[in-house]
Amino acid sequence: MHSSLWLSLLLILPLLGAALAGLVRARANASYRVGVAVASLETVLALVVAVLYRSNVPGAGTFDFMGRWVLAAPFGLAYDVALDGISLLMVVLTALVVLVALFGARDTRREGAFVAWLLLLTSFTMGSFLAHDLLEFFIFFELTLVPAYFIVSQWGAAQRARAALKFFVFTFTGSAFLFVGLLYLGLAHQHQTGGALTFSYSALQSTAMSSSTATWLFVAFAIAFAVKSPIWPLHTWSPLAYAEAPTAGSIELSALLAKLGSYGLLRFAVGLLPLAQVHVRPVMLTLAVIGIVYGSALATTTPDLKRLVAYSSLAQMGFITLGVMTGSKIAMVGAVLLMFNHGVITAGFFLIIGFMERRRGVGVSIRDLSGWQGPAPVLAGLFTVVMMASIGLPGLSGFVSEYLILIGAFATHAWWAVVGALGVVLAALYLLWAYQRVFHGRTSEPIEDATTSERWALVPIVALIVVLGVFPRPVLDRISPSVQQVIEHVAPAGVSK
Amino acid sequence: MAHLATLILLLPLAGFLFVLVNGKRMGERAVGAVATGAVGLSFALSVAAFFSLLGDSSREVTVHLFTWISVGTLHVPAALLMDPLSITMSLFVTGISALIHLYSIGYMHGERDFRKFFLYLNLFVFSMLTLVLANNLVLTFVGWEGVGVCSYWLVSYYFDRDSAASAGKKAFIYNRVGDVGLLVAMFLLFSHLHTLSYLSVFAGAGHLDPTVATLVVLALLLAATGKSAQIPLFNWLPDAMEGPTPVSALIHAATMVTAGVYLLVRMSPVLALSSSGRATIATIGALTAFVAATIATSQRDIKKVLAFSTVSQIGYMVLAVGAGAYSAAIFLMVSHAFFKALLFLGSGSVIHSLHGEQDMRKMGGLSKYLPLTFPTFLIGWLTISGVPPFAGFWAKGDVLTNAYGYSKLLWVLGVLTAVLTAYYMSRLFVLTFRGTERFRELTHGAEPHESPWVMTLPLVVLAALSVLGGGLDLPWVHHASLAGFLGPTFGYVASGPGPTTATQYALGTVDVIAALLGLAAAFAVWRSRSEDPRFERRFLERVWFWDDAYDAVIATPLRAGTEVATTLIEPRVIDGAVSGLAGGVRRSAEGLRKVQSGFVRHYALAMVLGVSVIVVYLVARVG
Repeated sequence: MHSSLWLSLLLILPLLGAALAGLVRARANASYRVGVAVASLETVLALVVAVLYRSNVPGAGTFDFMGRWVLAAPFGLAYDVALDGISLLMVVLTALVVLVALFGARDTRREGAFVAWLLLLTSFTMGSFLAHDLLEFFIFFELTLVPAYFIVSQWGAAQRARAALKFFVFTFTGSAFLFVGLLYLGLAHQHQTGGALTFSYSALQSTAMSSSTATWLFVAFAIAFAVKSPIWPLHTWSPLAYAEAPTAGSIELSALLAKLGSYGLLRFAVGLLPLAQVHVRPVMLTLAVIGIVYGSALATTTPDLKRLVAYSSLAQMGFITLGVMTGSKIAMVGAVLLMFNHGVITAGFFLIIGFMERRRGVGVSIRDLSGWQGPAPVLAGLFTVVMMASIGLPGLSGFVSEYLILIGAFATHAWWAVVGALGVVLAALYLLWAYQRVFHGRTSEPIEDATTSERWALVPIVALIVVLGVFPRPVLDRISPSVQQVIEHVAPAGVSK
Repeated sequence: MAHLATLILLLPLAGFLFVLVNGKRMGERAVGAVATGAVGLSFALSVAAFFSLLGDSSREVTVHLFTWISVGTLHVPAALLMDPLSITMSLFVTGISALIHLYSIGYMHGERDFRKFFLYLNLFVFSMLTLVLANNLVLTFVGWEGVGVCSYWLVSYYFDRDSAASAGKKAFIYNRVGDVGLLVAMFLLFSHLHTLSYLSVFAGAGHLDPTVATLVVLALLLAATGKSAQIPLFNWLPDAMEGPTPVSALIHAATMVTAGVYLLVRMSPVLALSSSGRATIATIGALTAFVAATIATSQRDIKKVLAFSTVSQIGYMVLAVGAGAYSAAIFLMVSHAFFKALLFLGSGSVIHSLHGEQDMRKMGGLSKYLPLTFPTFLIGWLTISGVPPFAGFWAKGDVLTNAYGYSKLLWVLGVLTAVLTAYYMSRLFVLTFRGTERFRELTHGAEPHESPWVMTLPLVVLAALSVLGGGLDLPWVHHASLAGFLGPTFGYVASGPGPTTATQYALGTVDVIAALLGLAAAFAVWRSRSEDPRFERRFLERVWFWDDAYDAVIATPLRAGTEVATTLIEPRVIDGAVSGLAGGVRRSAEGLRKVQSGFVRHYALAMVLGVSVIVVYLVARVG
């Protein structure tokens, strides 16, 4: 087993970076440089951890880098970190996305504070993905709200105050359910063992409970995660928040914070409450496919590109939920891969929309644009790659994950998978429509093509889209054992009913 | 063999990558030469692979490249299957592609995105080869979608034209509907057989439940109707004529649109399990052949006539598949690739000479100005009309003879289609090359002139192939020719005794009469006029109101539904319910917001302080 220090480093580095960025904010460009440097370092660190990771640590299953310190025993508060194939992918995504957001969506208004909030958000997100303790996870999960709220409300567009508040109220209300649920679970566990109060993930996994208790706890957990993901019908904060946030904020919200929802659903709701599966599965699967169809349908009508990506994300999160909830290993591996791929793809979308806003001002309406492919062929080409990945073109990353989810889900829940497959048609419908409106046709305006730094910002995204489409094996091989472990924990309960 | 197969596949990709990286520094000639050379070389290697396979005793060689996806029980290698079917496909795909690449050097000369055109074209050939050489359904799907996206890019090539942009999108979306069929077929097969590689699926096909087998066949048929433009998904193909003419010839006539037929033929061992599935296939094929032929009689755009003709001819192929005559389907596919590519390229040459005009009413009398285009087009016309001894007569005859054995009703439909085919093609021929010269306005009185050699050479080669193509599978050497070569790859279909020689001669005579009837009718009507509402029905011109029907049945309700969602469900129902539920929290939050410092700020500060304390404590403890 590797030292947990690696993970602590991942957590502390952006925290220090945030402090430093705040301190040097008076000097021009200094905080920006600090931000990019720290994010680059964090990315390198995450990749080193990814290479070091071993999925067969004796006695720890697929968890590596484990470490636990009890901080306040009476409250069951502990610092407990571990990394498995699932969180590994999320950690790499977190580091990469913040780097891309800082570099590609630079915002020079009060830059010190902006960079500091972004790095703080990175640290909290890291914490959520690394937490091996339910209470610890909850604390980090809640903490992410703070920087996210300020990024939207301080740097957002015209309706930023309303968007930030709606985001905050939805998420905060959802979390209340999670908080009650986790307290109940922790206390129930303490009651059974008669020992100290603990929220340790591995300890809570052995909590005995009736299937109806499990179902109620699942509902409480799922509400919080459904808001964050978002899962239909708790998604209505997201189009507003994604549209009003500054580009970097939209990227963080959709690429990362959304994954906290689906990650939480997989790790804690499914992982800790196997007995709930039988009861909640049909409901969750139905909500998932409604999300796919509903999100896609609304994406066909919205004239705002950011809202379009928001609705498209609702559909994509529907695919992820479908994969997480079917109980099929293939589908669940696909869902974890899609968490990563969607993060990369959606970051690409928002970056490019950010570039377009630089040229045409905030609040780009599809209706006002036309013919950009003529003057800006490189920008059009980059958008095409991201769009085709999102549509699920084989050879690009989106296909592998979507295909795994659907083929896995079909074996256990054929009809849901078939309806989900319609999402494949609808995705082509709304994205090609948007592309036609923006890039096809004529324009007399002189539109500047993608600049060198804009191209560089998209290099990692395009590279990941292509590489994970053609050669997803190294990633799949890291996810599979961890998903297997979850399934083994869940499946017996699911079968016995 | 392994190296050959890999190189056949990768050469067009190499051409694509080379032009992508170096294209900015290359002139038109260099780009054209590299792209054409890559595909030409791929063709040469296909020929080599063909002879190597002939000498191979097993005639089924699997080439493993790398493991693409592997999760749980799902193993999808990137692997190729070289067998008589895939080698036949790769021979004509690379051969025709090379000719059309050459033609495009002349046709696309001076276009804004000349380089990009060849990029797409090479990528298309790579995708098409992936489709036909794949050893499993998932990899075939990669090629299947790949050719679809190349088609999207090439149809909307003139992206500043709204009609072109819309046509590209329409093509992609119709294809996607079909793709759901292929996805579902894969899901069904995988959940019952736990494998998706062709050879293992065929080996295990016997264990399939008959209902499942029928569902798989119907799902495959849906896929085929999308890609191969059959009823009910056929109406994207005529719109796709917005693309440059070489694209119409290559993608929308010779190769991509026949992929659906290829898929069905490839899956013939599964088709063998469902007679109701095959009956559906045969019916769809015959109906499409007939419907599209009626529409072709009333189109005025030269390329639209050819497009509907393609739909109709693929209908014949699908009919053949349904009838279990797989080798007849491939025979017609290959001959069709020859003569339809010839006709499209010939029409391109005509359009080129008239500065882009496609309306046949403004043509006429061109025979004396286009000394090479005219005779080659004449051969193409006679071939598709089913006049012996050209390839079309033999290939279509093979299909119709088999249809006769399968169902008399579908055979009658097939013969009627043959009459219509001869009619609309002769109409096209007469309106374009014979009669009065109606083009003077377009050319400002000048005389149209013949295209450069890069364009006429492919015409000559294709004309020669159309003349001689029948030799691939003449009835009296049936077992020593294409049918005999392909035979072992097909699933077993129980068939009665074949038609007697006398029946074959009788059916052949019927085919000739059908062709002559169509020819005569067309000459009688169109020798003396260029338009006539009595023979150009609005119902036919408007494609049986097919698009309008889809608009009314699918698009309008969808729009209405999303309208309700945006204006009612989203803001009123969901937000209403949620804010009702969370009412207390919301009110308190909003109340607090009015206080200047704000609840959120305090909360945030407390959280940040809290976490800082935790972190300092942690660092001290861990360190």
